[in-house]
Amino acid sequence: MTPSMSTAASDPVWRGSHLWRRSGDRLLGLFGLLVMLLALAALAALLYDVTRDGFGRLSWQFLTSYPSRRASQAGILPALVGSMYVILTTALIAIPLGVGAAIYLEEYESRGRLARIVEINISNLAGVPSIIYGLLGLGLFVRFFGLGRSVLAGACTLALLVLPTVIISTREALRAVPKSLREGSYALGATRWQTIQYQVLPAALPAILTGLILSLSRAIGETAPLITIGALTYVPFLPDGLSSPFTVLPIQIFNWVSRPQAAFAENAAAGILVLLVLLLVMNAAAIVLRDRFQKRAS
Amino acid sequence: MRLRRRALVERGIEHVLLACAALSIVVTVGIVGILLFETAEFLAEVSIGEFLFGTEWTPLFSDKRFGVLPLVSGTVLTSLIAMLVALPAGLLTAIYLSEYASSAVRRVVRPVLEVLAGIPTVVYGYFALQFVTPLLQAWIPTLAGFNALSPGIVMGVMILPLVSSLSEDALHSVPNGLREGSYALGSTKWQAALRVVVPAAFSGISAAAILAVSRAIGETMIVAIAAGQQPRLTFDPRVPVETMTAYIVQVSLGDTPAGTLEYRTIFAVGMLLFLSTFVLNLASNWLRRRFREEYS
Repeated sequence: MTPSMSTAASDPVWRGSHLWRRSGDRLLGLFGLLVMLLALAALAALLYDVTRDGFGRLSWQFLTSYPSRRASQAGILPALVGSMYVILTTALIAIPLGVGAAIYLEEYESRGRLARIVEINISNLAGVPSIIYGLLGLGLFVRFFGLGRSVLAGACTLALLVLPTVIISTREALRAVPKSLREGSYALGATRWQTIQYQVLPAALPAILTGLILSLSRAIGETAPLITIGALTYVPFLPDGLSSPFTVLPIQIFNWVSRPQAAFAENAAAGILVLLVLLLVMNAAAIVLRDRFQKRAS
Repeated sequence: MRLRRRALVERGIEHVLLACAALSIVVTVGIVGILLFETAEFLAEVSIGEFLFGTEWTPLFSDKRFGVLPLVSGTVLTSLIAMLVALPAGLLTAIYLSEYASSAVRRVVRPVLEVLAGIPTVVYGYFALQFVTPLLQAWIPTLAGFNALSPGIVMGVMILPLVSSLSEDALHSVPNGLREGSYALGSTKWQAALRVVVPAAFSGISAAAILAVSRAIGETMIVAIAAGQQPRLTFDPRVPVETMTAYIVQVSLGDTPAGTLEYRTIFAVGMLLFLSTFVLNLASNWLRRRFREEYS
């Protein structure tokens, strides 16, 4: 204890305010901790609630059955297959476009006026509510291009939705590649694209993949835009191609949640568990990739 | 010869990549174009005054009224409740993490908050309807099965990570010199945090708050599941309401043929939604840029 503090503490006029200052410090820390614990408790309650309601319904039969009017016989097979179809198609569209745009903005034109406009535009697009993308998909893909309520229309809509996040995360990955690598490659006579193809992209690949997986895992949970383009809520068949009607896991869950019977709520909870496991697997893959990348870089 | 071919390939690749980058502008033009077109068609049949200031919204009934205010009030009400949860809780979490917590606590809490942010909104909707509403009904017996309160609170929890991570960034970029100066004048940690650091980071924190409002207005599934589908001009959080987003979902689920007035209502409502989030996002970006300039 410093001398000035001890005199302040022994001074009767000072003691009260000193105590108050100290307890205020502790109070704010405690309060912050409490609020944070409440947020964590909300997460715990959510997981507990879903597991309690849905775990009993999880079975092989649930995963491999078609939806049904009888809750106990209903399953999520078409929704699961539909989600796979949509997410793979989304990836095929969004990855080349997003990575291409990011390479252009980062490696070719990082200071030009076009890059600035595109950059502002992308950050604005990232803030547009997902349901607006649904209206875009409805007007553009479903009606204007006449794709109907198909897997392709849904995937195009989701691809546009994740494009900003794909571009932003890929740019960050490219920015992390040291300049010396590019300069070394130029010094050996490589052209710009050769440098990108043989040096920059391989070096940035794990970080790019991490960003891509995280963006796509967001798309897999999206419900609103697909409802807006008119994805079906009751699909007793498997999609058989890009032009087939479809449903996805979140929409099936939504459909079950909106029914009044308690048995369907259990189905919804079981569907949520499947969705969360799917997300967990994707996120774990992203984390493993990131760790491998960090090890190699250090 | 080979060199020239190489140069051609290089130029070609550059143009392809440029096209990818330009696509984002096409997307923006597409969104604005489609919303404008359908909204114009809608306003050709319904006067803009009736749309913006009418107090009854019944486009799906035989007696059609197109006053959007009930949907707006539903959106404002649920968003307001979400903000009452997310702003204080998010800011306190941010202050705690940035000024108090040890790095070990931070290492545990940050990923958990990321998980909270990564949960699909349909899951939150289920949580609001099946868990939070029954829980609240035990306290508030007059609470209806569908209401604004429960989805509002859950939406606040969903947005909390956004508020806390952006505010934490803002608190972090406040130069240490300010804190040290405050300590040197004899203030304690909490005095420094509340009287120096938070005011210094104010524009960064407001940017986070505005972005959170924009996110709440655009949030769809939680309110579509748990708030009900009854457009109602009220600020009573206990009764069913309908938000703008929930209305779009409701119409999309039905079989409304393209080209009808009912079909166009969702684009008109979408336009209103797009404009409000767009203005909020612009304001948030502007504040954040100003904040960054202050401390660089």
